[in-house]
Amino acid sequence: MNRILIMGATSAIAEATARKFAARGDALFLVARNAQRLQAVADDLQLRGAHTVQAYLLDACEIDSYPTMLDAAMAQMGGIDAALIAHGTLSDQLACQASTDLLRQEFTTNAVSCMVLCTHLANRFEAQRHGVIAVISSVAGDRGRQSNYVYGAAKAAVTAFTSGLRQRLYPQGVRVVTVKPGFIATPMTAAFKKGVLWASPEAVARSIVHAMDRGAPVVYTPWFWRPIMWIVASVPEFIFRRLRI
Amino acid sequence: MQAGSSWGRWPRHEQRLVTLTNRFDDLPNSPPMLPFGNGRSYGDVCLNDGGTLLLTRGLDRFISFDPVSGVLECEAGILLSEIIELTLPNGWFPAVTPGTALITVGGAIANDVHGKNHHRVGSFGHHVVEFELQRSDGLVLRCSRDCNREWFCATIGGLGLTGLIRKARLQLRRVPGVWIAGDSQRFASLEAFFELAEQSDAEYEYTVAWLDCATARSPLGRGVFMRGNHVRHDAAAPRPKPPRALRFTPPVSPINAFTVRLFNELYFRRPAAQAPAALWHYQPFLFPLDGLLEWNRIYGRRGFYQYQCVLPGAVVDEVGTLQEMLRRVAGSGLGSFLAVLKRFGDMPSLGLLSFPRPGTTLALDFPNRGETTLRLLEDLDTITRAAGGAVYPAKDARMSALSFQHFFPQWQQLRPFIDPNFSSSFWRRVIASTT
Repeated sequence: MNRILIMGATSAIAEATARKFAARGDALFLVARNAQRLQAVADDLQLRGAHTVQAYLLDACEIDSYPTMLDAAMAQMGGIDAALIAHGTLSDQLACQASTDLLRQEFTTNAVSCMVLCTHLANRFEAQRHGVIAVISSVAGDRGRQSNYVYGAAKAAVTAFTSGLRQRLYPQGVRVVTVKPGFIATPMTAAFKKGVLWASPEAVARSIVHAMDRGAPVVYTPWFWRPIMWIVASVPEFIFRRLRI
Repeated sequence: MQAGSSWGRWPRHEQRLVTLTNRFDDLPNSPPMLPFGNGRSYGDVCLNDGGTLLLTRGLDRFISFDPVSGVLECEAGILLSEIIELTLPNGWFPAVTPGTALITVGGAIANDVHGKNHHRVGSFGHHVVEFELQRSDGLVLRCSRDCNREWFCATIGGLGLTGLIRKARLQLRRVPGVWIAGDSQRFASLEAFFELAEQSDAEYEYTVAWLDCATARSPLGRGVFMRGNHVRHDAAAPRPKPPRALRFTPPVSPINAFTVRLFNELYFRRPAAQAPAALWHYQPFLFPLDGLLEWNRIYGRRGFYQYQCVLPGAVVDEVGTLQEMLRRVAGSGLGSFLAVLKRFGDMPSLGLLSFPRPGTTLALDFPNRGETTLRLLEDLDTITRAAGGAVYPAKDARMSALSFQHFFPQWQQLRPFIDPNFSSSFWRRVIASTT
């Protein structure tokens, strides 16, 4: 049994991943900001087999409250073995271009909050000399594009941050996993299939669990995003700056 | 707008898609709307041409489960297969399951589905303790036999038209494990089928027959009768095999008069058709086709039609009617790959528009060959009408308004319960003015 903290527990990816943890009997500490939805997810995970499920209400923007939240998680589960950081918003690019307040807020939600939480977790895991930190970044962080570079920049920060953190914690036996999902389809049925690039949260969850157990430190999910993003990142600027993507 | 079809892969309709993921949200304001679960109904009851589909598969959370009473509360987008996975280890099973477990709870209620145990336990609606119905005006109704009973009865079998079922409480039934024991035997005629049904219905919870529709040989109506009961058995449950999927749609359907005849002959003659003592895992017994995902693609790009009717009345009349149908089917040369025959029990359905009623139900499927197929189905409607029977809306893509209103003369009573912002392709078709 692992004791797992999940930040942003009501997001589609987090919920799908948490169901896999629940099915194998892990203890879960769920953090999210919407009480009703959080409780619905918590009840479901408890029935699906989680050892224990604790729901903790917190808005990811309340960064100063993270230590209190982590203390609560450690007290209630008796420690933390792994953490999945999955909160975030899909920034509205045009709105962020019009409002720098919104830009800063989006960057705080998607990057700063994540880096602060990682730092708190890292310091605790470093002391206990074990632990796994998995962070949902995005393929959008591999290269800024005009259609979503605010979101992309935040995710790029997360990617770079976790890369450095991975090096720092390696000697202590603490692992850091950077997850880069591509397009995630909401639950669909065969009647309305999206294009081949779209993956279900369930498929993404499978690769997250695998990576947290023993897999690669940087996960593209589905896997084919790795070559796609390699190509995107390799396009020379004199061409890239002319593309409308 | 996105094109999509249901399990019959025909017709294809264009609709806006809205994914629901949170049961506390208000309904979108995008009329006409229709809930869409897992798309396992065959025709257009789950389609809404030019309108909006509310995709409910994202409402898939369990809410509570009492392993002592067997009452499960869950969101309406959960599949029966997911319920089985959760509750079977505790010895509980859905009281009613149709031929596939890959349907949502909401869809099971809206179509008041039935299973091989209808003669013992009735249809799905009989085991619904309560559900929550969300209307487009913001009203949320708790419906049960005692509370908002008229809404309860209108929504069971109400084809998704009365509002969105957000969550439901179901009474499950006790089972001793994963095994079903019984037997399988060939029968030579319809009369023999009715005799077997008569003998078996008292002792066996599940009874169903497969019928050979491809041959015009006399006597008509040979087939294989299967029956079984949940039993305790010490054999270890087999490791669940991951389902295979049919990954492509053949440009020309391999289903034709010759292959249908060949398949039916082989199916009848295979050794397992005559098994005096059989032990099945519930999966192949109850959900034989769930092992091959997207099997509906076998019918090719033009899809197929299902035809399921119920014929009420005394056995002698039914034999005559069924013979007439089988002759018509055999004469058409279209055959039916899978024909299923089952005696319903006498328990009256709760739903205003429920399909199950005392009598015998016959289910057939036909590749879509355009006019030829439609003419055959129209003829079958005429036979069903003359016999005082009805055709199952969940499987229909083509019955005329005239036929529907004949089969369901009470259809007008549903009208006051239909949400003004809800509609479906099926409903617009069958209430069209017939004058």
